[in-house]
Order: sequence, then structure tokens, then C-alpha cells
Amino acid sequence: MSTSVLTPEPVPVPQPAPAMRQRQWTVLLRGTLRQWRARIGLTLFLAMVLIALVGPAIAPSSPTAFVTAPNASASLHGPFGGDSLGRDVWSRFLNGGRSVLGMSLAATIIGVGLGLVIGLTAAYRKGWVDEVLMRISDVFMAFPQIVLALLLVTAFGPSVGLIILIVGISHAPRVARVIRGAAQQVVERDFVKAAEAVGEPRSRIIFSELLPNVISPLMVEFGLRLTYSIGLIAALNFIGDGIQPPASDWGLMINENRLAVAFQPWGVVLPVIAIALLTIGTNLLTDGFARAVIGLERGE
Amino acid sequence: MSRFLARRIVLGALTLLLVSIVVFAATQALPGNAATAILGRNATPERVAALTRQLHLNQSAFAQYTHWLGHIFAGNLGISAATQQPVTHYIGSRLANSAFLVLVSALVAIPLSIVLGVWMAVRRDKAADHVLSVGTLGLAALPEFVIGIALVLIFGTNLSHVLPAVSLIPPGEHAWNVPKVVILPAATLILAVTPYISRIMRASMVEVLESDYVTMARLKGLPNRKVIWRHAVPNAIVPAIQVSALQLAYMAGGVVVVEFVFSYPGIGSALVDAVGNRDVPVVQALALIIAAVYVVVNLGADVITILVTPRLRTAGR
Repeated sequence: MSTSVLTPEPVPVPQPAPAMRQRQWTVLLRGTLRQWRARIGLTLFLAMVLIALVGPAIAPSSPTAFVTAPNASASLHGPFGGDSLGRDVWSRFLNGGRSVLGMSLAATIIGVGLGLVIGLTAAYRKGWVDEVLMRISDVFMAFPQIVLALLLVTAFGPSVGLIILIVGISHAPRVARVIRGAAQQVVERDFVKAAEAVGEPRSRIIFSELLPNVISPLMVEFGLRLTYSIGLIAALNFIGDGIQPPASDWGLMINENRLAVAFQPWGVVLPVIAIALLTIGTNLLTDGFARAVIGLERGE
Repeated sequence: MSRFLARRIVLGALTLLLVSIVVFAATQALPGNAATAILGRNATPERVAALTRQLHLNQSAFAQYTHWLGHIFAGNLGISAATQQPVTHYIGSRLANSAFLVLVSALVAIPLSIVLGVWMAVRRDKAADHVLSVGTLGLAALPEFVIGIALVLIFGTNLSHVLPAVSLIPPGEHAWNVPKVVILPAATLILAVTPYISRIMRASMVEVLESDYVTMARLKGLPNRKVIWRHAVPNAIVPAIQVSALQLAYMAGGVVVVEFVFSYPGIGSALVDAVGNRDVPVVQALALIIAAVYVVVNLGADVITILVTPRLRTAGR
């Protein structure tokens, strides 16, 4: 940066933001998948998504039909026995992934979207707007996410829509912090000043100049928040404040069958393993991607 | 530094005040008649009227709030709707049990994670480091209740009936007098926070081990053990202390599900029960307490960060 102070700069022509180009994406994707942890993560994630999507079609019986004795052992009713009410554990397991996955994805999209808008606005507007947005974020971050969720469930009763909304909202201030941090560095760069100089509207600067430059941290946040969403939503379904019986859901299943775990463990073991593999998968994949981003920034 | 501290404390107090508004607004200032919402549609008119009076619902929202806040400052948390006991009485011993659980978990988890992090850094890029790195990453992803249920499956069932799957504590007894019931819930929390602290410790330690003064110490011919524990660790530990404080705050929320899994008689399981019973005074009190702990511990984390970072200690703001 050695521009002379004396010679006036020519009026800058607004250039498109130096955002990620096609080639960089390919490099990033290749850098992610070169790591074996990311490959394992992707495999686990896709396997669980496959179970969630295809499971209902291949389930031998209805997830809500009473087909055997309560807590029937696997030898009595194949392949994994009956649950606490005599429903087929295998069928309920195959039907139980959609709700966890769908609710988590929806909550993550809401949370990351909201956090993105708040974070970019705070970084760009600075001053009192930034201060107010960050103080409000502080208040919502003063509750552990599950306590905020329980507080609102007390008020409005458990419902799937409410849980998605609360989990999404509870992510927003955390995402906003990260995006704000990333965008603050971009705000000071020349192409933003140039766009301001020619009088581009605020919303346009935020979404077509800042946004393309925070895509990598945004994607890392998305993966991280998806992992946490799955854990949080499965936990809320597990403690009975999310999706309600007789729905088949992995979190709900664990609670329904855990009293009989000593003699009919499958109703607990299958969904516990599924949730574990799903969260581990998303986390390994996210970590792989984050490492690839760091590699790219170092100019690997 | 004292200016910074004062600013943080004022901000913390302000956050807590706003938190109390959120708690109040979420649980009491419901659209429509809150008493009906709390008691359910098939409540008798007498019960609705009694609760309306008890919660001062016939006054304005602001009057209700100040009334409520005034009672809380006077130490009166109201009467539990489900048990008809004073909330302070109901919560008291449970608060002690939860504090004990968190304390035990922290006292094990923090030193364990630091040693683990140092070990991973020293063995950097060797097989043990790779395995632990991916292992802790996987563990960090697991929801607490999945860890808890897995521990029950391994230790609490007839597979090997070593430890109680349900943390039964006789009424009037404290958790520290029945140590056996604390083991599995504490192990769950330890497994939940250890990955975060140890990974930060590893990253920080790797950086320090590459620094000039560590090379210098090695060139002086100091024994490896002394280089690591005397020269490197004290310089690498700051981020680990910060994360430990944050994990302590995180545990305030983590106990909710973990206590539910083991029916451990603390504030977490009490909160889940109260939500199920729509016991509004108990939910309000517990949400406030947990948020207060969370804010205070986060504040503590900030203060510790400043105290252990000389550059920040002398900075103007």
C-alpha cells in the first residue's frame, strides 16, 4: 500500500467484490475431501441421511402399529424386537430419522440466516446499531440454549414448529458474532469504500459486497450449528418437550424404551448410535472443511 | 483495568436485568389469559381465578413485572404450583446437589484435559495424536444425553451392573454423602467438556513448543520434562483457562439433560419436571438462576483472561 498522499486518487469504478471464484471452490472442495476425517464424516452423514430418507419406504410395518408383545426380545420378533408398547423397533427406527434431520436442518437455516443478517448489519453500520445488536445478542446468549428452549416451551407448549424456531433463534446471536468478526475486516477494504463512494444502497453493499466475502466462515458456522441443532433437537425430543408421541423419532424412542434397556436394549441402542453417527459425521466434515479453508488462506 | 472491570460488571448487571424481562415476558405475559394457558383448557374457573390473583394478572404487565422482581430481590421466589412448597425451599438442596456435580466434574475434567492436551502436543503428528484428535472431535459432537445413555448401557445395565443407572438420593440427604450416584452423571459431563479444553490446550501448546525460548531451553540441555512443564505449559495455559471457564458456564446448561438422564435430584431435572408440569414459578426461578450463573461465570472468564494476559492488564481500556 504505497499510494501517494499528494496525487488524488482517480474516482474508483466499483469492481465486483473479490469473492470466491469457481476455481477456488473446486480447490476448497478438493482440499476438504483430501482429508480422511472429512471423507469419514461425509460417509457417516450421507449414510444417516439415506436411512432417514429411504427408511420409511423399506420399513416392514407401520411405526405406530402394535405388532408384538411389549418389549418383545429380538429373538421373539425380528430383527430388533418390540418397543415398550409392542411396536416394531426396526420400523420405528427407520421412520425416526426424518424428524430429527428435518427439524435440525430447518432450525439451522433459520439460525444461520438470521445470524448472517444481524452480523453483517452490525459490522457494516458500526456505532450504535452495532452496540444495540450486540447487547441484544448478549441477553439471548445469557441463557444456555436448552434453558431458552425450555422457557418458551413452558409458555407455548411443545410443538415442532416452536422448537425449530427457538433452536434457530438461539443459534442466531452466536452466528452473528462470528460473521460480524469476519465482516469487520472486509468493511475496511477498498472495494467497499468504492461501492460507498458511488452511492450503492446499503442493502446492496451488505449482500453483494460483504456477503460473498464471508461465505467460508458462514459454511463452517452452518456445519457447526447443524451439529449442535441435531444434539439440541434430539435432546428436546428425548426429554419430551419436542415432537410428541405416537410419532417415531430417534430422540423420543430413546426415552420411551430406556426403562426396559436391561432386557430389550435395541429400542435404545439403534437410535443412540444413529444420533451419535450423525453428529460425529457432520462435525468431522465441518472440521475438514474448516481446515481446507485455513489451508487455502495460507496459500497452499 | 479497573475501568474495564467496572464496565464489564455494569454490562453484566444490565444483561441480567434484561434477562429477567425475557424470563418474565416468556412465562407470564402470555397473549390471552396466562392462568388458562398455565392450567390448561379444562381447569376449573376457581383455580384460574386463584392463579390470576396469585400472579397479579389483573394488573398491567409492567406492574406485574415490578411486583415479581421486587419479590425476587426480597428472596421470595413464590410458591411452586405443582408441590405447593415455597420455591426457595424446593430448590435449595437441589441447587447444592447440582453445584456439587458441576464442581466434581470440573475438578476432574480441567486437569485431565490439560494433561491430555500437553500429551497430544508433545506427540504431535504421531499416531496417538491423530487418534486422539479425531476421537475428541467426535466426542465433542455428541449430545450429552447420548454420552449419558451410552454410559448407562455400558455400566448401568446387567451387562455389567457396576454403577447405578438412576441417581437415587434419599430425601434430606446430600449428593456428597452418596458418592456412588454422582459418578455416572459426572463422567458424562467430564466426557462432554474434555474435548474442548484438551483441543485448545493442544493447539496452544503446539505453538509454544515451536517458539524460540523452548528451543533455547532445549539447547541449554534441560531435561525434556522440565522444558515442557516449567517453560512451555505456563505459557500455553492461558487459552485453556479461558475455555475452562467457558465450559463451566456451559455445564450450567449441560446439567439439565444430564440430570434428567440419571434422575439426579438437581436443578436441571427440576427444570425439566417444572416445564412438564407448567410450574411457572419454578421455571422462572431456575431459568433466572441458571442465566445468572452463566453471566457471572462468563464475566469471571473475562476477568481471568485479563489477569493472566499482561498485555491486556496494562491496556488503557
